Amino acid sequence: MKSHTTVAKSRMRARITAGGSLLVVGALALSGCSGGSGGGSSENVTSIRVADYYTDDPAKTIIGTALDQCGTEAGVTIDRELVPSGQLVSKVLQQASSKTLPDIQMIDQSDLPTIAETGALTPLPDAGVPTDNFGAPALSAGTFKGTVYGLPPTVNAVVLYYNKDLLAAAGVTPPTTWDELSAAAKKLTTNGVYGLAFSATNDGQGVAQFLPTFWSGGADETAVDSPEAVDALSFWTSLVSDGSASQSVLTWGNSDAGDQFFNRTAAMMFNTGSQMAKLNKDTTLNYGLAQIPVKSAGDEPVSVLGGEDWTLPQTGDKARAAKAAEVLTCMLSDKTQLSLATQRGTVPGNPALDAQYLEALPALTEYVNTVNSARSRTAQLGTGWAPVATALGTAIQSSISGQASAADALKTAAGN
Amino acid sequence: MTAPAESIRTRRRLGARTALFQWLFVVPALVYIGLYFAYPILQNIVTGFQHFTASTFYTGEAPWVGLDNYVQVIGSSSFFPVVRNTLLFTIGSTVGQFLLGLLLANFFRKHFPLGRVVRSLLLLPWLLPVIVATAIWRSLFDQDQGALSQLLQNLGVVSSGVPWLTSPNFALVSVIIVNIWIGVPFMLTILYGGLTEIPEEIYEAGALDGATGWRAFRHLTWPLLRPTVNVAVLLGVIYTLRSLDIILGLTRGGPANATQTMPTQSYQLSFQLFDFGQGAAMSNLLIVISFVFALVYLRANRPSVVN
Repeated sequence: MKSHTTVAKSRMRARITAGGSLLVVGALALSGCSGGSGGGSSENVTSIRVADYYTDDPAKTIIGTALDQCGTEAGVTIDRELVPSGQLVSKVLQQASSKTLPDIQMIDQSDLPTIAETGALTPLPDAGVPTDNFGAPALSAGTFKGTVYGLPPTVNAVVLYYNKDLLAAAGVTPPTTWDELSAAAKKLTTNGVYGLAFSATNDGQGVAQFLPTFWSGGADETAVDSPEAVDALSFWTSLVSDGSASQSVLTWGNSDAGDQFFNRTAAMMFNTGSQMAKLNKDTTLNYGLAQIPVKSAGDEPVSVLGGEDWTLPQTGDKARAAKAAEVLTCMLSDKTQLSLATQRGTVPGNPALDAQYLEALPALTEYVNTVNSARSRTAQLGTGWAPVATALGTAIQSSISGQASAADALKTAAGN
Repeated sequence: MTAPAESIRTRRRLGARTALFQWLFVVPALVYIGLYFAYPILQNIVTGFQHFTASTFYTGEAPWVGLDNYVQVIGSSSFFPVVRNTLLFTIGSTVGQFLLGLLLANFFRKHFPLGRVVRSLLLLPWLLPVIVATAIWRSLFDQDQGALSQLLQNLGVVSSGVPWLTSPNFALVSVIIVNIWIGVPFMLTILYGGLTEIPEEIYEAGALDGATGWRAFRHLTWPLLRPTVNVAVLLGVIYTLRSLDIILGLTRGGPANATQTMPTQSYQLSFQLFDFGQGAAMSNLLIVISFVFALVYLRANRPSVVN
């Protein structure tokens, strides 16, 4: 009994601490914890600190190997910190306040404006890192107020996955328009199998899955209650109200939607390129990739760009900064881009490499086209994107769950 | 003549030394409370009056904005639904946890084979990391393939999948169910501890006066258990009031803010919208509510505590 009480108490304490961490938010400002050797100028730099969120294989090892190779070329060892993706931004903010940021920091591109605005990052041109070997989508993903603060060696986008066997059995070809998508999804929905899966959570994932349809329908994040936006959300909602997609999309993240497709309980899905690694594990899963279906034939498909920017935080140590710039230049080089992209199933940031890339992976043609048509979420609104994304996430959920019509849900979103 | 004076001086010196020692023993606790309790709370209160954004972390600039953050937070159209959700979640969870915990605690008072083993096993939900528990419940609650929906459909209770977490009308109830499941072991442990403190003789004496079964519970167990009940309910309420991980793990406040509570809203304001000032304002309001509740509750129960 006694031991149980003790366990329960310490558990309680752990929970209280976890809950109380909200309180500590304000205290983050003064509580920098991670040590590190930053500060002061050291002539002989033997190692540099790098932080990223690739905590899981295969990306963890692929990125680690690339970093080590670039480190060897620059004559330094890489001291790598892995931070879970959910904690990355708060960790960066905490280190920014205690001036213990690493020499190279990876930041998800949707968070880049937030961090760049603080002033903690060195513009890449100032550090002498070349930016001319990148295409417009990749560049816009690392640009804040006209200055490039970071770049993604490889990028990805939301794309339409389809199960070739299920489509062939139902006599359906990959849809290219909204009407075709509706009809195909309805036809593919049978007992126990949904025509379509996607994430519609109220966080960044659910919003990112909706954006390609939103943009391809002519809507824009600067006016979320425009008639085009209402049309797009009505269409998105109809996919669930038709029964072609489960109402569970409201709780599915990208990897849950990926599981549905993997288990053949969904015949098609909207998802980012990152799901391919999992799907490729099952060689009997015969799937293809298609561009985002558009509102009416002939419209331009626009997808949403994903990827991680590599940045140079200001550490105040010139010798270390120079080495960090050297390593980053190598990480962003065409050679590394191609090697990372081929291994990870992402697309090189430099479109000039596409032909070489597709030579190795010919099945990804439509994916590469989708990425090249993709837009960055933060390109237009910068730091203003976060509140719009939150409002849009709530609007998507209100509409799909039937709490409000698409028009009313978006009107509420625009009011925030 | 000199001897008494000297002894007084010695005693005084000894007294001063004892006082110094006493303080030395208290200092570690004071430092701890100051660093890990007073400082964060004070900082949080100050942050609530500042325009504290992501940039503040690097520049240290956080302009004073008076009550602006509070005006924004309270004036938001989502404020009252969020407060209502928080109260429903707290009251629903605590009542459920308490009643089930009390039932089970009474049940386990009776000695029966494997009773101790089963009681230990019931602690499992409490020992499981919340993020693991919520992931399991999320799959149990899946509308189509979830075990609960399947079971109810096979039993013929419902004809199609139950939208446990996907309907704005169900989601809060589902979240409360999970929180009750997680919290019952805590109530069970504390109340069981309280029950074992009640001497057996009291029941024997009560039985002679005709107090058995329900009457024994009503007139003997309940009054004697009151101090334990107070502690259990107070801890349960305060812990539930600020519970964040359960909701984040299950619904992230959705669908359409149906399970958005003050802690999740505060988290969203701070870490999704990077408005740490408003986030702090929201959590300060939460602290006030916890504090008011604690005061009212302790006051209402003072006589029984004194007895």
